[in-house]
Amino acid sequence: MTLTFKPLETYRDDFSFANSAEAIARFPFPFPEDQYMYSVNLEPATSRDPGSVFEHLFDVDEHYVSEMAERARVLELDPQRCLVMPHMAQAAWDSLALLMQSLATDYPQYFRLARDGDAWHWQNLALGIDQRFTFGDPATLPCEPLEYITRQMQGDFALLDQRDNDLFMDAGMVTCPADWSLRFDAGMSFQQWHAPVPMAHRAGVFERALKYLLNIQVGQPVRRLNWTLTINPRLDTSPETYHQWGSDRGKVTADNAGALVHLRVELQLMVRLPRSNALMFSIRTYLISLDELVTNPAWAQRLYRVMRDLPEPIADYKGISRYRQPLLDWLRPFDPQA
Amino acid sequence: MIDVRVAAIHELTPVIREYRLQAIDGALPGFSAGSHVQVHLPDGRRNAYSLLGDPADNSEYRIAVRHQDNSRGGSRYLHQVLCSGDRLRISAPANLFPLYSKARQHLLVAAGIGITPFMAHSRELLRRGEDFELHYAYRSGSSDAYLGELRQSLGPRLHEYPAGIRRLDARALLKDRPLGAHVYSCGPQSLLLAIAEQAAAQGWSPRRVHSEAFAAAEPGLPFSVELQRSGRQLQVGAEQSLLEALEAAGVEIPNLCRGGVCGQCQTPYLKGDVEHRDHFLAANERATSLMPCVSRGCGSPILLDI
Ligand code: FES
Repeated sequence: MTLTFKPLETYRDDFSFANSAEAIARFPFPFPEDQYMYSVNLEPATSRDPGSVFEHLFDVDEHYVSEMAERARVLELDPQRCLVMPHMAQAAWDSLALLMQSLATDYPQYFRLARDGDAWHWQNLALGIDQRFTFGDPATLPCEPLEYITRQMQGDFALLDQRDNDLFMDAGMVTCPADWSLRFDAGMSFQQWHAPVPMAHRAGVFERALKYLLNIQVGQPVRRLNWTLTINPRLDTSPETYHQWGSDRGKVTADNAGALVHLRVELQLMVRLPRSNALMFSIRTYLISLDELVTNPAWAQRLYRVMRDLPEPIADYKGISRYRQPLLDWLRPFDPQA
Repeated sequence: MIDVRVAAIHELTPVIREYRLQAIDGALPGFSAGSHVQVHLPDGRRNAYSLLGDPADNSEYRIAVRHQDNSRGGSRYLHQVLCSGDRLRISAPANLFPLYSKARQHLLVAAGIGITPFMAHSRELLRRGEDFELHYAYRSGSSDAYLGELRQSLGPRLHEYPAGIRRLDARALLKDRPLGAHVYSCGPQSLLLAIAEQAAAQGWSPRRVHSEAFAAAEPGLPFSVELQRSGRQLQVGAEQSLLEALEAAGVEIPNLCRGGVCGQCQTPYLKGDVEHRDHFLAANERATSLMPCVSRGCGSPILLDI
């Protein structure tokens, strides 16, 4: 598949973001069944389905240039969206190495890496970057290494330190979160930052998930899909900017839901970083409007059924309750049996 | 799984040899200080060895092997059969003995061949400029591998306890340390116990006490097991562990340490007399689970729930 980048589109103000037919075809639709229940659904992150979002460890798509412009904009407004505690410096370098190596291997037409010992030469042709630096020496980069590389990488990143049989969110770059905040969760343990998720505690889901994550080994990454709904193709739905987007949920009607409501899917990837032993948690976000989504009739029908049967606590947690009725009214015609 | 070539073998003392391993193709994965690899021996056995090289250098892996008289064959094979240039298979590195990233001070305590993980730890700590001490108990002329190298790189950070001359006193070692100090021990069970007991006596939280038991499975008497789901019967030889017997029969059980500490190989059983030799299971778990990497049958045959 040849990868070409769309002209600059926006994730705010006039919301010019849209998916091409190819992007719709490769959208990671997250519902394998008509019912949705919270589950851990982890699988080994091995390459599959060439052309799909599962082909490469870190997926780059047609929105790359726009998404990087959006990240720069968020950081300009709020530099604290990137945070690296001092004991995570090595994990930041580990991340930079992994991301540069992956991009250069998977997308050689856009990314190039030449290494001679600690003397590295990085080229990002998509963004017009050409950087020589000394690996391990932050003074040779224009900014801190995690910030440097994640300004060139779609999706959010959290780096988790492993100690006391738990994982601590001690570093990250978070500019496109689904209503969570790095500033708020920084330094928290796995149990603490999952505390708000409803109905999963009882099932013992988190204890099992934590045990699993603690045991992820070098070279054996895992992934899962998660989803929510977002009004407008807005990437930055963080608590810090809630005043800008919270009220949008009241604007959904049975007429405009197709244009306003977007399915937001997160491809979450967990990778053990070799040198630091930290766990990288990357969250790659895909947005699709319902108008785009229903071009696939099977997806349209299934989405209607999932939304109809979604348990109330989950709908509340995902912020859907307020507009579930107009959403169902809009989706119903796509289910021939409804 | 990684295929490596033995690039060099060095005799460090009459009983300890160092092996330098290089990738046959591609590069070796990076590793963090405290990691180990499993070496796959031609008879199907796998032994775990700490990576003792500098974690910043992944051009080769270094492991050191002590010749054990009562060895079930692992160290004998490595010492007597393996030659420079030979091929070996190893597992990817895994870390069960990492440095605690938020510690203010690191106290590393080694006895004998237990020095190996601390070779990597001390290099890492030196590079990071952190506060640490290495306490090393050894027997001159046999288990004092790396002494010269450590004296040179660590200077006053190295505290030596040559057998018969100076005793390692766990109580004094832990006394009056700052609250952010963490202790790490590696060596025989007696050392680990002494440190853990003193730490507890001096009110250290268990979170600040880390150890790596330097023990592979010990031999025992032969015994038999049955697999509930397939109905298969297996005989476990005196020199073999249950885990090895399962692997030899094509039954793969997740495992990392092969020494009864990591918890990976936990396997449920329905009946039989088990001699539990692990350091992982709680007393109440032992009625229904066992760790096949070290534990053995000791009476009526074991029925495994797999
Ligand atoms: S493999 Fe670690 S306890 Fe058995």
